[in-house]
Amino acid sequence: MYKILKNQALSDTTKLMVVEAPRVARKAKPGQFVIVRVHELGERIPLTIADYDREAGAITLIFQEVGKSTMQMGTLDAGDELVTVAGPLGHATEIENYGTVVCVGGGVGIAPIFPIARALKEAGNTVISIIGARNKSLLFWEDRMRTVSDELTVCTDDGSYGRKALVTQPLKELLEARGKDIARIWAIGPAVMMKFVSTTTRPYNVPTIVSLNTIMIDGTGMCGGCRVVLDEGPKFVCVDGPEFDAHKVNWDILLSRLQFYQEMEWLAVERWKHQCALDSAVEAAKR
Amino acid sequence: MAKPMAAKPIGAKKIVPTKTPMAEQPPAERIKNFDEVPYGYTPEQAIAEAQRCLQCGRPVCMLGCPVNIHITAFLKLVADGDFRAAVNLLKETNALPAMTGRVCPQEQQCEEKCALSKRYESVAIGRLERFVADWEAAQGPLPVPDLPPPTGKKVAVVGSGPAGLTVAADLVKMGHHVTILEALHEAGGVLMYGIPEFRLPKAIVRREVEYVCRLGVKLVKDFVVGKSATIDELLEEFDAVFVGSGAGLPWFLNIPGENLSGVYSANEYLTRSNLMKAYRFPEYDTPIARGRRVVTVGGGNVAMDASRTALRLGAEESIIVYRRSRDEMPARVEEIHHAEEEGVRFMLLTTPVAIHGDEKGRVKEVECIKNELGEPDASGRRRPVPIEGSNFRIPADTVVIAIGQSPSPLIPKTTPDLKTGDDGVVIIDNDTGKTSKRGVFAGGDVATGGATVILAMGQGKKAAKAIDEYMKTGQ
Repeated sequence: MYKILKNQALSDTTKLMVVEAPRVARKAKPGQFVIVRVHELGERIPLTIADYDREAGAITLIFQEVGKSTMQMGTLDAGDELVTVAGPLGHATEIENYGTVVCVGGGVGIAPIFPIARALKEAGNTVISIIGARNKSLLFWEDRMRTVSDELTVCTDDGSYGRKALVTQPLKELLEARGKDIARIWAIGPAVMMKFVSTTTRPYNVPTIVSLNTIMIDGTGMCGGCRVVLDEGPKFVCVDGPEFDAHKVNWDILLSRLQFYQEMEWLAVERWKHQCALDSAVEAAKR
Repeated sequence: MAKPMAAKPIGAKKIVPTKTPMAEQPPAERIKNFDEVPYGYTPEQAIAEAQRCLQCGRPVCMLGCPVNIHITAFLKLVADGDFRAAVNLLKETNALPAMTGRVCPQEQQCEEKCALSKRYESVAIGRLERFVADWEAAQGPLPVPDLPPPTGKKVAVVGSGPAGLTVAADLVKMGHHVTILEALHEAGGVLMYGIPEFRLPKAIVRREVEYVCRLGVKLVKDFVVGKSATIDELLEEFDAVFVGSGAGLPWFLNIPGENLSGVYSANEYLTRSNLMKAYRFPEYDTPIARGRRVVTVGGGNVAMDASRTALRLGAEESIIVYRRSRDEMPARVEEIHHAEEEGVRFMLLTTPVAIHGDEKGRVKEVECIKNELGEPDASGRRRPVPIEGSNFRIPADTVVIAIGQSPSPLIPKTTPDLKTGDDGVVIIDNDTGKTSKRGVFAGGDVATGGATVILAMGQGKKAAKAIDEYMKTGQ
């Protein structure tokens, strides 16, 4: 059992959870993830480690309440427990001094891009960051990103905060203006965003790394459910990734595989919401 | 306890030619649930079956047993109705009889050697093993034996499958401090994630794991060796390490379309269903495709398990595609028989060459080619030779690839001085389980690439002895 130390809202649908997991905290590096189970009948979901505190033996997870498991996770309070936190899994980000690098974080992807940007900054890189979300209420960690970035652009799809743009627009302008100076780009966010970042950077031949969050079960290379197709063939995101060269990823297969259980996921959410409504009605009646 | 009823003829024993039948759930019923298929013997049936043993002077059945159970003595005790003594005898050499009684390929081991089997049906040794193990469980929790004083030596066991559980139980009984490190959230390894409930109820696996823990073994879950800690890091804390991490890397066919949505490795399909209980979705959170037309590729036990799971998940048609003929199928006869009874369709001498999808990237058809049998290959089985132009397509919405697996590279990759051979198996000394790395032992599927539960346990036994020796003498 893994004790929750904090569970706070970062935006309307995004939560930050700090959980006691000393074994994970001891070994965690930027780019790695954990497999979490919320309760005994729960599924195993991969979540990127957004931060870690080795001394406190705690890790920070940031998640968007998009499915039944994450919604249920959102209802937990400090003092509650997660039944599984396994990791750290996957390869760490290859951090070195590349020169000038760009870190792009979209939506909940701002969370995992932060420790990477911080490590790149600490390694001596000039870090240019672009973060974005659909609207202002989904943005978070602008302040944190600013502390580890030499330049920061903030944008929203609807213009409710910062620049009204998709993250790919400032990225394209940057590549036009200073493409030759940029050694490497990291992009983390929804799969569609990463796909378009990849399309944007390809003509400029700048190495672009994405962190894929595919459907997983064990997270240790046992099931292959997370497989992604690269130019050279299929790879397992859990043990070969989660970071890959964006220009080699077959995005169509990735997007299709991500949607495979969509109807069942909706069913689970409906059932969960119904159960919650029922529970609170019963509670209210008792009072 | 009831004494044998049948009067023994004086002189030569009267031969009963066939096995005492074991009642089973009828096929039409059982494909609607995940309950175990055979019900097991009653005490009367067990005694009658055990009495069929000829008690040969030179019992060859024992030669067929990978852990050398004294089978004739075991059968004598069952025939006498002394089930307690019978189970104690089994457990001297086999810590997990409830499992081996169910999943051992007895027809290729003890029962194949049985003297009766030359002209009649062999004694149902496996069913009797299962019977006494279940009988014992029904008597209440097992008493924990007195353990010797602690030796102060510490062993880490990587993986809680049949090999790991055996090593752990043996070493803790020698007075050592044993910690099992399990990557998943439940112990049992392949017994838990791989073998379906209808073949090996998970309550039995949990019972055996609990027993090992009650002996004093410490079980740490969610611990991924190679990631949470490396073998070298474990050796700083433990005097010896046993690697029993299984064969978890699934093989794929490497044909076009294999990454379409709806194509599963057998590992994924079975793990979802068995470990994660996806067949009880949405009560359990993990989903699984409830395919209407499911094609399973392969001819081993895992393929049978997957195709039978598909039926229970509601498939209208569950088809096994296998490249050779029935004679070459590696699955147990009993499993093939059960699959057939339940309505699994076999398309033999057939190899998938491509999987075709719809506009959403989901499986629509499996394209296959017909084979004829050619000359025997390295395995001694006749090689399938494709017949040109015989391509045809099977409509399907789910495909399960069950063509084998090899050890996960996670541990070898993070342990540079651990020698591996073909397909990444960890190389061991067969008598001791010693690897190329000092203080590190291995056994089970990680060392064989994929064999039986009983073989894994046999290797675990040998390794436990060698680890004990190593910790005492440094050799």
